[in-house]
Amino acid sequence: MITYILKRLLISIPVLFGILLVTFVLARLIPGDPCKAILGEKATVEVCEKFEKRFGLDKPIHTQFLLYSKKIVLADFGNSIRFSRPVSQILVERFPVTIELALGGLVVAILAGVSLGIISALKHNTPVDVGTMVLANVGISMPVFWLGLMLAYLFGLLLKDTIFWLPPSGRLTAGLSSIPFFEVWGWEVLKGTTKSKFLEFFANHYIFNALITGNWEIFKDAIRHMILPVIALSTIPMAIIARITRSSLLEVLGRDYIRTAKAKGVKSKNVVSKHALRNAMLPVVTILGLQMGGLLSGAVLTETVFGLSGVGRMLVEAIYARDYPIIQAFTVMIAVTYMFINLLVDISYGFLDPRVRLE
Amino acid sequence: MSNQSTQLEVKNLTTCFKTSKGDVVAVDDISFSIKKGETLCIVGESGCGKSVSALSVMGLLPTSGYVKSGSAIFQNNDLLLMSSKELEKFRGNRLSMIFQDPGSSLNPVMRVGDQVSEIFQIHLNMSKHEGLEKALEMLKQVEIPDPESRMLAFPHELSGGMAQRIMIAIALACNPDILIADEPTTALDVTIQSQILNLMSEMQLKTQTAIILITHDLGVVAEMADNVLVMYCGQIVEYGDVKTVFNSPIHPYTKALMKSIPVIGKKTRRLDAIPGRVPSLDMLPSGCRFEKRCIEKNNYVLTNCQNKIPPIFSLDSLHGSRCWLEKGNE
Repeated sequence: MITYILKRLLISIPVLFGILLVTFVLARLIPGDPCKAILGEKATVEVCEKFEKRFGLDKPIHTQFLLYSKKIVLADFGNSIRFSRPVSQILVERFPVTIELALGGLVVAILAGVSLGIISALKHNTPVDVGTMVLANVGISMPVFWLGLMLAYLFGLLLKDTIFWLPPSGRLTAGLSSIPFFEVWGWEVLKGTTKSKFLEFFANHYIFNALITGNWEIFKDAIRHMILPVIALSTIPMAIIARITRSSLLEVLGRDYIRTAKAKGVKSKNVVSKHALRNAMLPVVTILGLQMGGLLSGAVLTETVFGLSGVGRMLVEAIYARDYPIIQAFTVMIAVTYMFINLLVDISYGFLDPRVRLE
Repeated sequence: MSNQSTQLEVKNLTTCFKTSKGDVVAVDDISFSIKKGETLCIVGESGCGKSVSALSVMGLLPTSGYVKSGSAIFQNNDLLLMSSKELEKFRGNRLSMIFQDPGSSLNPVMRVGDQVSEIFQIHLNMSKHEGLEKALEMLKQVEIPDPESRMLAFPHELSGGMAQRIMIAIALACNPDILIADEPTTALDVTIQSQILNLMSEMQLKTQTAIILITHDLGVVAEMADNVLVMYCGQIVEYGDVKTVFNSPIHPYTKALMKSIPVIGKKTRRLDAIPGRVPSLDMLPSGCRFEKRCIEKNNYVLTNCQNKIPPIFSLDSLHGSRCWLEKGNE
């Protein structure tokens, strides 16, 4: 198993290089000029030349790529053209928001989707089944941004001054601020170093940070802010997972080994939980890996609707501004996440099904 | 009728399936009984209702099927009237079943040992550890080579014969009173087939389990059966002890079946076959269901054959047949 994981990690290096190359080229293929995009249409030729020289954009494109790749190996993503700040610093601030959102979405989608699918399959061809599947269809058909706006309108405006009110935007209520765990615990950390960036990255997961420092006020507030975005983001994958779980479980329940289990006298609830569910989860896990892509792209829209400053929103803004380093770094980070999740999916596949267990 | 040693008595069992064309009767008014240590074979071609009768008794019919009428008395309880919860206590414990395709009848994601030990955990309230020890014992009893390592194997790592041995180990784990074997050797090759049948006979001698063996292989019947039920189109067409049915069959269908057995050493240009087709269950004739394919009816002119379903005429207490041509004692 360990050799398999190592092999997979090794294979991912050329894949990463490919991703790097493609994003690098694609970013430069977008029509438009970073100088004009950032300094404005009236920027003179001399100004632009200086600008390009400063960011190394005057060199031939293959030289640019070589320099860029060299820096990447040293975990240096360069400076943002628009903000003149290290991209890594921006990543440290933005990535945790998206991770919290996507993880929340994933967990809700799996829990709710699988449960709904099981209920639907067990109540096969009853009003409960039909109702659940109609809901799932509605869920699949609903655009994320529309659902997000409707949720924000319902819970943020219509239910204002009731106990059901939920904050429609931001990560924390104004006036509250999350104190990083390393400050709470009095660690001495030099700002700007790799170590501080690393720690900040974890501290910027507000929910996680509040949990380990035991700050329940921030914890509750951060969770309340996450509820609406997570619902909006998880609806589509949840609906898809529910449908796959239902059809897969129905198929498995008709298999011979389920009849054997019943013939052995296994209680009907154990027939489902011990014998059927694990077999039925295989297609669900496959879909899960594929849905992760949807979850990451859905995060762009969700972040925009709910005013969350995550990776998705930043990436869209960076594309408008031709901010090459940010486009590249963020795309690579998203690709790495996606690859990592798919590796997890492949490994869990072996755990679920001994027939595909990897030597 | 029933005496002390009668294990199961099925009376007038009728099972239907819901289809888009309305309800279809798959098993029509069948009755049989089986005694301790006895083997009853149910023979018939595909779709004649052999398996459905067994599944009805076990309460394992697919959702579209239901038992319309009849009773199955087992230890003074009617299995057909039991709730699924009550049945769970009997299934695997007093009544067990093995199936045709051993490869797909074992759960692909559970280790063999766990699947065998599960039955001890359910019915004998054993801990997992005790269950596994008993499972190893069972694997030795069904003569699985290298049982210790097989305990940890997954079903896909076993051959068909080995998997069927595991199924037998599971089925006989709690010393059931009745074992229903639904074509247990159909998916296996001939040498393995006889090994499995021998194993079943040996285990039967030890435990005095009554076996209901469902098959379409008359060779298997000759080897294993004490009594035989011949089914055609959902009905019993002939029953009796194995010698009588093989030596002096009465029903034209049974006779035709016997004739179609190829004999080694006898040169024939073609194998004997029964002409025509089995009528579809949703378009059954009003008379005898075998009438269209029956060769012997031409020798007699009986309007009954076409118009009235023959009842079972019993020749003596052990032998009976559903045919107008041989009214027997009645």
